[in-house]
Amino acid sequence: MQQPHIEDPRLNLPVPEYGAFSDDDYRALGLKVGLEIHQQLLTRRKLFCRCPAGLYDCHHHDAEILRHMRPTLSEMGEYDGTALMEFKTKKQIIYQLKSESVCTYEMDDAPPFELDPEALDCALAIARLLNLKCVDELHIARKQYLDGSIPTGFQRTTIVGIDGEIPFATESDPDRKIHIRQLGLEEDSCREVSDHGHTRVYRTDRLGMPLIETVTGPNMHTPEEAAAVANQLRYLVRLTHLVRTGAGAARQDVNVSITGGTRIEIKGVPSIKAIPRLVHSEALRQRTLLALAEVLRERGVTEDQLKDRSQNVTSILRNTDCLFIRQAILQGAQVKAIALPGFDGLLEVKTQPHTLFLKEFSDRIRVIACIDTLPNVIASTTLGSGISSAEWSKIAHLMQAGAHTPILLVWGRAEDVETACKEVMIRAREALKGVPEETRQALKDGTTGFERILPGPERMYPDTDLPPIAIDPARIKRVTENLPTPPWERMRYAREHHVTENLAERLSRSPAFDLFRALCDQFPSLSATKIASLLLDRPCSGARDLDHLILWVGRLQRVALGEIHFEALWQFSDAECPKAEQPSNEIIALSRQMIAHRFGPNSADPEARMRYWMGELMPQNRGKYEGRAMAEAIRTAVLGDAQ
Amino acid sequence: MNDGYRSPTLDVLQRFDAAVWSEVTVETEHGDFEGLILPRSETADANHLVLKLATGYNVGLRYDSIRNIAVHGHKQAHYQIPAKQFPSDPQKPRVKLIGTGGTIASRLDYRTGAVIPAFSPSELYGSVPELADICNLETEKIYGVFSENMGPEQWIGTARAIAREIEKGVSGIVIGHGTDTMHHTAAVLSFMVQNPPCPIVMVGSQRSSDRPSSDAAMNLINATRTAATSDIAEVMVCMFGPTSDQYGLLHRGTRVRKMHSSYRSTFRTIGDIPLAKVDATGVTPFRQDYRHRRNDKQFKLVDSFDDRVAIVYYYPSMKPDIIDALVDNGYRGIVIAGTGLGHVNKPLYPALKRACEKGIAVFMTVQTLWGYVQMYVYETGREIMELGVVPAANMLPEVAYMKLGWALGQTDDVEEVKRIMLTPIAGEITPREPHNGYLILQGGIPEVEEFITRHWK
Repeated sequence: MQQPHIEDPRLNLPVPEYGAFSDDDYRALGLKVGLEIHQQLLTRRKLFCRCPAGLYDCHHHDAEILRHMRPTLSEMGEYDGTALMEFKTKKQIIYQLKSESVCTYEMDDAPPFELDPEALDCALAIARLLNLKCVDELHIARKQYLDGSIPTGFQRTTIVGIDGEIPFATESDPDRKIHIRQLGLEEDSCREVSDHGHTRVYRTDRLGMPLIETVTGPNMHTPEEAAAVANQLRYLVRLTHLVRTGAGAARQDVNVSITGGTRIEIKGVPSIKAIPRLVHSEALRQRTLLALAEVLRERGVTEDQLKDRSQNVTSILRNTDCLFIRQAILQGAQVKAIALPGFDGLLEVKTQPHTLFLKEFSDRIRVIACIDTLPNVIASTTLGSGISSAEWSKIAHLMQAGAHTPILLVWGRAEDVETACKEVMIRAREALKGVPEETRQALKDGTTGFERILPGPERMYPDTDLPPIAIDPARIKRVTENLPTPPWERMRYAREHHVTENLAERLSRSPAFDLFRALCDQFPSLSATKIASLLLDRPCSGARDLDHLILWVGRLQRVALGEIHFEALWQFSDAECPKAEQPSNEIIALSRQMIAHRFGPNSADPEARMRYWMGELMPQNRGKYEGRAMAEAIRTAVLGDAQ
Repeated sequence: MNDGYRSPTLDVLQRFDAAVWSEVTVETEHGDFEGLILPRSETADANHLVLKLATGYNVGLRYDSIRNIAVHGHKQAHYQIPAKQFPSDPQKPRVKLIGTGGTIASRLDYRTGAVIPAFSPSELYGSVPELADICNLETEKIYGVFSENMGPEQWIGTARAIAREIEKGVSGIVIGHGTDTMHHTAAVLSFMVQNPPCPIVMVGSQRSSDRPSSDAAMNLINATRTAATSDIAEVMVCMFGPTSDQYGLLHRGTRVRKMHSSYRSTFRTIGDIPLAKVDATGVTPFRQDYRHRRNDKQFKLVDSFDDRVAIVYYYPSMKPDIIDALVDNGYRGIVIAGTGLGHVNKPLYPALKRACEKGIAVFMTVQTLWGYVQMYVYETGREIMELGVVPAANMLPEVAYMKLGWALGQTDDVEEVKRIMLTPIAGEITPREPHNGYLILQGGIPEVEEFITRHWK
């Protein structure tokens, strides 16, 4: 079919890879980014049952359960859009379970137990660290998820605090703050194993693990800022040692919008490094979709023209040269054609780097109609599909479509094709408005793909299985007693003591900070930068036991007294170094704490945790198990798996 | 109406002229909260105000931390299941759904914070449209009670409602019922409606229908399919077979029991195998010795019940005053759930003897649930029979209780009661126990674990 000649510049907007845009370019688009950070808490048990937390097994399961999900009404008496969409997909959901990590609660065969007090303490402490207003009474809500990622069909979740802020100083605005909208305490979902056709498989070990969801305001305006704030929040919560670390322990949802666009939620971004590229792609996609909507409006395309008038064209294509369609028909597939009047020249427009507008349709067909063998759609404007121009002419004739009207072909099981055609028209009508409300998945190439319709507050429902929980002010007082010094205060302290910027940054998230501050206070005559360097970079940064660290503190005393020159410190062997007085109890306590945090079971560094447990477990089990198997088992337990 | 609020929170609301469903900004000691004031559960404390935030989350604010409430507007929830006219198709069988309560269809009650039943044909069609593919459905809500509140009045009323529908010539009857005492009602209906010409299917749900994972829809679909198409003309319970969404089981009304407080697959046929399974492909009987569907209306309604009957669940060291108390309070029948083959301790003998001598009907069942009462094996059993206690074969304790109340509703003659009790009417006593009538797979055993890995639970 002949391609219309497109000269409209709005259809040829540049879609460069991430890196090509300046901050001003993003500002011109009106980019706004907000974050929802899901962070698992370091508790012994799951949130609403007594199963052990953090026990993962990626290879074995003891049993399977099959379930389906149906939409229900919200508290306000409305059906939620996402819920209805998921019901259209009619998925069979299979849960793999292991006796050790899952009980009848997670399988939705028993009511919840009371909320884990340890998890609540962690959440309250972190809420205070983020300067949130804590609520007086927790109300457990059910947030619907019909994708099956939680067997109940909802996540039990509760708001701990709202409306806080954290400093986010930049060169241009040293007083800048990032708004923290809310902090919720909720149960984690299942891990997806596979999703093909109408069957989705989940592993349940992670299900029910306590996590906090921290939601920021849409205060970030460039992709890099979004990543920087995510890092800031990550370091902040890690300082508390109340959270889990390692692969999968923290996941980000990134909300992106541009002027005139829509808040799009990019779900489950596994690493902060991936954020900028995804934000960039999404901003471009919204910009292009808005341009397309404008073009469609100018062409006078209306919703009425975009009704489902699909036609069965299976017989026309029975002998087509397009191999996969011919194959599919042989296996009983139906092929339907859908015309998109007014869309000439639009399907090939780039929305994201190496992604065309056509993919918006393909994604919906994949997710909602469960037709997931790609390609799952062919456009009449696609070259080299193997479908002859004679076949296209017959189809166009049958459709009574104009010469320039693009036609899409969809094939598969009859009822899936039916759903697909309806969904294509829904997406086409949405194109008139611009950017449809969606949650999108983060793809490996840095672009986003459709995941589901953006859920609204309609999916919230009070949990009738659990009473509200009043928070005693004494409890908040108790949990805030051991809060770490937040990074911004650490930065201020370090800067006041003229520590170089690089070391100050690192101190702001190091377990060595409290010891650093104590030493600076004890030895005001010494250079704070040198003390910082000693703790972070010099031999004592590797001190794994208390004696070693105290030896170095003793040497500092000698330096402070002027007995040794600071630079000469490293030249002494342990034996040569003059003995110092025993440091104060406070210094000893802080030293012990630092070692524990750096190398202990709660260390933020997964490799350090790994070494700790190897050190603890290997000596007792040597000979009983093969070293490598032992190491592997510990690695799985400590690090989780890469999902 | 205070919508669950009491002093002192109610005083705060009144002071700022704020009512439930007001859109407000609440100034508190910790900062401002914006949202919608919701009703308060009556069972929750009196010290907190419940606010729904724009995000959909609810939070509680303590009355004494509130400094001001500014009202901006009003928004009341209208909780409604989308109602749609149930379509009619002359080709499809007529099924009557009789509602007695339970969570088969339900909605949220703000005052208690709990789920309350809701029931109407168009609501049902709005939430379970699949029913229209099976039958022409008529519904009638005769009661709206949780199953623990069912009693003789409701049992008799339900039996009469069933009789009316059979007279009208429906193809089958579905009875929505709470699950806790569903097996009690199933048993008594089996005795009250004898020899029915069509299926009478009791159904409920273990997860209320306000949850996406609810078993309500599938149970209702399976029950309706059974009522519309099944050849089994008996009182049955239709509930989940496995906990997976795979198929339902049809249990005979006199042999079924709820066996887990929360599992979906809680109903089990005891001492026998279920009648059939039912799924989207239809009803598949496991056996042929059931009563078959007929075109006549030759059934018998025996709607009587005397509730001066008790179950005594025996425990070691039980004192005779328990039995004496029942006798002195005018009870006419006692079902004992004895240990083992049907035993109680010696101190109870005089009390039991006195009960029997006073013309109270005393029957022995087993608390092991599986197996027959056999009172000849041990001397204890023979002694107890000597007192006048009658062994009730393999009738389940709850079934024996329902049958005894039903029998005593018909006659004062103890011998006649005994005759009624020991004459099988609807499978409550079976002549034999098949070897696979007792199967509780024991978890942890390698072969069982292997079985579980290969089948959906």
